[in-house]
Amino acid sequence: MNGVHDMGGMHGVGRVEIEKNEPVFHSEWEARVHALNLACGFHRRWNIDMGRHSRERIPPAEYLAATYYEKWLRGLEMLLVEQGLVTAKELQTGRAESKASGVSALRVPEVATFLRNRRHARLDENVPPKFKPGDRVLTHNDHPIGHTRLPRYARGKRGVIDRDHGVFVFADTHAMTRDKKPQHCYSVRFAARELWGASASARDSVYVDLWDDHLDPA
Amino acid sequence: MSEHERPLSGPALRAKALESLLVEKGLVDPKALDELIDTYETKVGPRNGARIVARAWADPAYRKRLLEDATAAIAEFGFIGRQGEDMVVLENTRKVRNVVVCTLCSCYPWPVLGLPPVWYKSAPYRARTVIDPRGVLRELGSEVPEDVEVRVWDSTAELRYLVLPERPAGTEGWSEDELAEIVTRDAMIGVAQVKAPERSKR
Repeated sequence: MNGVHDMGGMHGVGRVEIEKNEPVFHSEWEARVHALNLACGFHRRWNIDMGRHSRERIPPAEYLAATYYEKWLRGLEMLLVEQGLVTAKELQTGRAESKASGVSALRVPEVATFLRNRRHARLDENVPPKFKPGDRVLTHNDHPIGHTRLPRYARGKRGVIDRDHGVFVFADTHAMTRDKKPQHCYSVRFAARELWGASASARDSVYVDLWDDHLDPA
Repeated sequence: MSEHERPLSGPALRAKALESLLVEKGLVDPKALDELIDTYETKVGPRNGARIVARAWADPAYRKRLLEDATAAIAEFGFIGRQGEDMVVLENTRKVRNVVVCTLCSCYPWPVLGLPPVWYKSAPYRARTVIDPRGVLRELGSEVPEDVEVRVWDSTAELRYLVLPERPAGTEGWSEDELAEIVTRDAMIGVAQVKAPERSKR
């Protein structure tokens, strides 16, 4: 979707300010929100791409005004209701109408294993690659209303396959219909001038990780 | 500092209400939340990544393994798991500087760098790094000479990137532990270079 989350290339956003000796969390509630997201993810009612898409659907003005953990809180509330773990009324009142049935919460002894377990974005499926390193490609000029990992600044652009990462879950469909649509994911190199025009350095480049479904031969 | 001593407002209040609801429904165990928080506050962080870089500087065979199969080489240290499932290491040289960003969200290699700092997740960094990397680096005090190539890596898939900075001159013969001490988070994201301290420790 053409949302404000797709920030690459925006102007007028100000300076990058690095905070010295920054704490991991700036307040207790941020830590709780981070942990709540992980602990709710344990129920496997949604995947990571659906999680990203929930935050992208925060209305633009709110998204830009929110801090990182405010977005995570908002996205989590959305997913909990959409995936039926809590009702909209429960979220509004803060009172449980019923206990969740058939689920067990993440427990302390399970935490370490839960965090170390791989989430399998890389798949074992034997899918042939459409491209090989060195191939020239043209990215699709698509503007899907749903989730996509092809940023606006890299649409309809010419690049070169830098490396083939192997077969991965295709995030664009995984977020919308849970279809993993296994296919190769590549680092695609774009000359900075292809993306940004003559004012960019002729030496520089931007690498974007893209899937077969984003690319045509060029 | 305890949040309980002050009246909660805004997101703090909402987060607390949500946690109570989820506990009441049996969906989360507050003790598991404490354990998750402790993990990210004390067990993962840029010290992990610094050990990888130090080993790569000190041991050419490890460096080779790291550049060929970063996931496996990093797993030798036990740094695996969430948001580090598939790792790629980018080697800086005298002629190439790599910079990592995530323009669409805030993807970051948690097992080796911990949770991302606020600036990495901020609109200015996400917006500007792809269009004006030299400007961003200059602003952060790490100007890139004209004859050095800048490669920006936008983390749009489940690959997670770690920059292997150049080893600074004056660190010859240092132990891995000593080297790890000078490796910074910002150098492993690619917005800074590693500097040897003015007065050598040896």
